[in-house]
Amino acid sequence: MGLTLFYLSAVVLIPICALVLRVCDMTWAEFWHQVTTDRALAAYKLTFGASFCAALANAVFGSVLAWVLVRYDFRGRSLIDALVDFPFALPTAVAGLTLASLFSETGWLGRFIVPAGIRGAFTPLGVVIALTFVGLPFVVRTLQPVIESLEREVEEAAATMGAGRLRTLATVIAPSLLPSIFTGFALAFARALGEYGSIVFISGNMPFKTEIAPYLIVMRLEEYNYLGAMALAVVLLIISFVMLAVINVLEQWANRFQT
Amino acid sequence: MRRLLIAIALAFSAVFLLLPLVNVFAQALSRGWAYYVDSLAHPDSLAAIRLTLLTSLICVPLNVLFGIAAAWAIAKFDFSGKSLLITLIDLPFSVSPVVAGLMLVVLFGAQGFLGAWLREHDIKVIFAVPGIVIATLFVTFPFVARELIPLMQAIGSEQEQAALTLGASGWQTFWHVTLPSVKWGLLYGVILCNARAMGEFGAVSVVSGHITGLTDTMPLRVEKLYNEYNAAAAFAVASLLALLALVTLAIKTMLEWKTRRELALAQTIGSVAPVEQPEKFDSNASNTP
Repeated sequence: MGLTLFYLSAVVLIPICALVLRVCDMTWAEFWHQVTTDRALAAYKLTFGASFCAALANAVFGSVLAWVLVRYDFRGRSLIDALVDFPFALPTAVAGLTLASLFSETGWLGRFIVPAGIRGAFTPLGVVIALTFVGLPFVVRTLQPVIESLEREVEEAAATMGAGRLRTLATVIAPSLLPSIFTGFALAFARALGEYGSIVFISGNMPFKTEIAPYLIVMRLEEYNYLGAMALAVVLLIISFVMLAVINVLEQWANRFQT
Repeated sequence: MRRLLIAIALAFSAVFLLLPLVNVFAQALSRGWAYYVDSLAHPDSLAAIRLTLLTSLICVPLNVLFGIAAAWAIAKFDFSGKSLLITLIDLPFSVSPVVAGLMLVVLFGAQGFLGAWLREHDIKVIFAVPGIVIATLFVTFPFVARELIPLMQAIGSEQEQAALTLGASGWQTFWHVTLPSVKWGLLYGVILCNARAMGEFGAVSVVSGHITGLTDTMPLRVEKLYNEYNAAAAFAVASLLALLALVTLAIKTMLEWKTRRELALAQTIGSVAPVEQPEKFDSNASNTP
């Protein structure tokens, strides 16, 4: 018990407190100036926008994937089921590297879609692609056990009572899955907000265009603008605390439905 | 409907899972086998591999130790602030790796809280190996604990209490009762922790200083080669990390299957035991005198 607390405070709490303390030394005006520069605002906008799009893509396709993996039997099912965790296991740098090469003009996917005007590498779309990759397991893994626990009898009952497929989906299946989809969405979104490794490779990191907030922190550090870096870091830290609280509430909501 | 859903799911997993994976190996070997081996055998790449192994060798055992201690405290004892403790353990998952790295710069950097003291004693943390190790410790902190907490809570403490009643010491109980019952979950946590420790990029990148041959880990080496427009070599180093990910996945899949079985077993024993054991105990007690 004592060891746990000691280690926890040494590795996690002290660094966080150090950061917050240093930022408290700044005046409010200075802090506000650092976190609301035009470049920072553009970076927040991209970070939030891309994270939202990626989490949304995962909520939609992840739900389909989870449903298919639980309910249908087809060749390669267990392979895909195992591969769903691949984004968790693959270092983010490798993810960014391989995605950037896939979507570049000469890449396996890029050579087909770049002529069609869809550029994946060095654009905001690339950021969304990378974030979709890193957030992919969240929705699928949150949803799978819930779909498994759904009772087919209820669906069959709805069908025998004359409900069409869509109606069964909307009134029977969706309400019990929705809380978990939201939880998965929030988890993927939270993960995407802080993501750095994969983005660095695919986005090109152009200020005002494809620069995400964590990258801007690194830039400030390299300019020896420590105060700027710390102020931005505190903003991200506050956002992650808020996301943590939101996820806790969502999980409690989802658990109510499960039992 | 069914076909359409399967088609969507397959297309999605092909673009986001299968292709990226195959692409790593295809690009790594794009200039031939000899070039692949040469880029891996480059002294700077070897140094990066060594540093990555060293970091993981330090971080994984420490976090295993902490994970067991934390899970033990949370699952076996009741105390106030328990849910706060669980939240705090999860915290490194939600903090951006870059922010985590920056915190260490604030603490140990030249102008940091401990900067002056460290300089006096001639200890380098930031832009040196200790910084990389501490950053990795931070980001891999929750893995083992997270796996063990639900497992230990599900198993409960009856078996340990039985062992203690029968006269086993605390350590004996731990080694012979607690540890065997969570060994698969523990191994699961260890491989996840190891995968992250070897693959961490953001936090390590902030504190490493990118000194070639000295403070470059494998992911940082990948970035450097990529920025030097040596994509084939970058992919060669990356392919080792992808291989690591594949091995991790394979062990993970195997363990998931095993833990599910053992958990089911533990639950059946748990539900049967309270009925059977008191009877046996009673009959023994009445027979002996």
